[in-house]
Amino acid sequence: MMYAVLCYNNEEMVCGWSKEQDAAVMADLSRVHDKWEAAGKLKPAIRLLPTSAATTLHKQKDLVIDGPYAETKEALLGFYIIDVENLEEGLSFARELGKANPGGAYELRPIQLYLPGSPTDGVYSQGVMQDHAPAGSR
Amino acid sequence: MTDQVWIENALTTSRPQAVAALLRYFRDLDAAEEAYQEACLRALRNWTINGPPRDPTAWLIMVGRNAALDAVRKRSKQAPMPDEAQVSDLEDVETPMVERLDHSQYRDDVLRLMFICCHPDLPATQQIALALRIVSGLTVKQIARAFLVGEAAMEQRITRAKAKVADAGVAFETPGAVERSERLAAVMQMVYLVFNEGYSAGPKDDARADLADEAIRLGRLLLRMFQTEPEVMGLLALMLLQHSRSEARFDAQGETVLLEDQDRSLWRGMLIQEGLALIDKALRHKKTGVYLVQAAIAAMHARAKRFEDTDWASIDALYATLERLQPSPVVTLNRAVAVSKTRGPQAALDMIEPLAERLSAYFHFHGARGWLLLLLDRRREARESFDRAIGLANTAAEAAHIRMHIDRLIAESEKSKGA
Repeated sequence: MMYAVLCYNNEEMVCGWSKEQDAAVMADLSRVHDKWEAAGKLKPAIRLLPTSAATTLHKQKDLVIDGPYAETKEALLGFYIIDVENLEEGLSFARELGKANPGGAYELRPIQLYLPGSPTDGVYSQGVMQDHAPAGSR
Repeated sequence: MTDQVWIENALTTSRPQAVAALLRYFRDLDAAEEAYQEACLRALRNWTINGPPRDPTAWLIMVGRNAALDAVRKRSKQAPMPDEAQVSDLEDVETPMVERLDHSQYRDDVLRLMFICCHPDLPATQQIALALRIVSGLTVKQIARAFLVGEAAMEQRITRAKAKVADAGVAFETPGAVERSERLAAVMQMVYLVFNEGYSAGPKDDARADLADEAIRLGRLLLRMFQTEPEVMGLLALMLLQHSRSEARFDAQGETVLLEDQDRSLWRGMLIQEGLALIDKALRHKKTGVYLVQAAIAAMHARAKRFEDTDWASIDALYATLERLQPSPVVTLNRAVAVSKTRGPQAALDMIEPLAERLSAYFHFHGARGWLLLLLDRRREARESFDRAIGLANTAAEAAHIRMHIDRLIAESEKSKGA
């Protein structure tokens, strides 16, 4: 079973960490990451930029608003990771999606740190094919 | 992260909003600060025992206000307010409190608090000192160390600034749109001054360098309050992009490393990502401003993988925009550096020669002029400019950098004599 683990915390406080505090937390986290990644169970891990860097597209009115999606009635139902030239291109992608699936909103939040994690099954079996390595050796 | 560190972080983070809200209740800076101090003391006791509250800022505001009101009641022998141990257990007491302090009220509170520090009667040094003390909550000792003055002198400087501000009176009514934007402009300038104090610090001057981090923290706070202001995005982006190079700006000997010689792998990618994202957002508003344009210039450097990849034509165009928005000989001087790359050193020199009189006491003018003359192989005049520059250097690192040019000139002229 695959899960998305969504991380919540007090943003002002996390942004207020000193470089040293931040590095210490990241070092502690990476020990946990390494263990689960080695077991092949940790997939991409992402640290998002602060909500102040976010832009939200409200689909029905095609309204672009600075800041995160702030309504509380809707639930987070999914997300995409995209690699585009700039915010405008990201918004074009979101608008296309919105035409296919109107209603609700897309929040575009830049990614600060992207850790690919252990390969997914598809990539893993491809790797086995190329490497001719015995299964379970990775 | 230990509880103690968590609590300290929470207190630092909550401070601007909490002091600002308390200032609205008490309409007196000292009273607001005292109430906040008292709330912090109680937080240290209470949070270690009962765990942190859901909204530390709201907790501090309520407890600070109650503590101050209690002090008044005690003097008039009335029944005290409920104590905070009870308060923090009652989530339903916190919730309406948070709702009452809605976003726009917080925003005007914090803006007012910051604006007080930017009073036009205060010289820039006092504005910065007052903001660091009141908004950021740095101790007088920390501020004194950053400004290389004694603690007593700094205490006096802050007390004097506070007195001047109190005399001037503070407008407590909700500001109108025009006044809000004037306040915001003054506050942005003050935040950038704080940043520049940190940015201009030498390599081993950690106390002063920390001011850059503090300014970024204030910039983030402002942006949270004014999420749709492109200039606030520009200001934060500018600071993030400049700060991203902090570890590449000095070599092991503490000497300045020019942009072209910096090891770009030392630039902090996370800060760059955030800066670039903010510029993208701001550009959507199609409204230029001085911070946004400067941020866009910094972004041109951040985007170049190597110095040779720098898009000087765009930088030239951005400086031309900046000259229009904010005409200044210093901006023209900076533009000339870009022009020297696109149209050559002679064009750049022609551009800055008319500035000679106005910038005669400006270190960077003589440094840049000397460098352009050197490129044109006018060594004697270059040497004269470098000599002028070294006499005007503000930091040891600046002087050392010019010294390097002069030494090279001397070495080359001796070599040619020997040959």
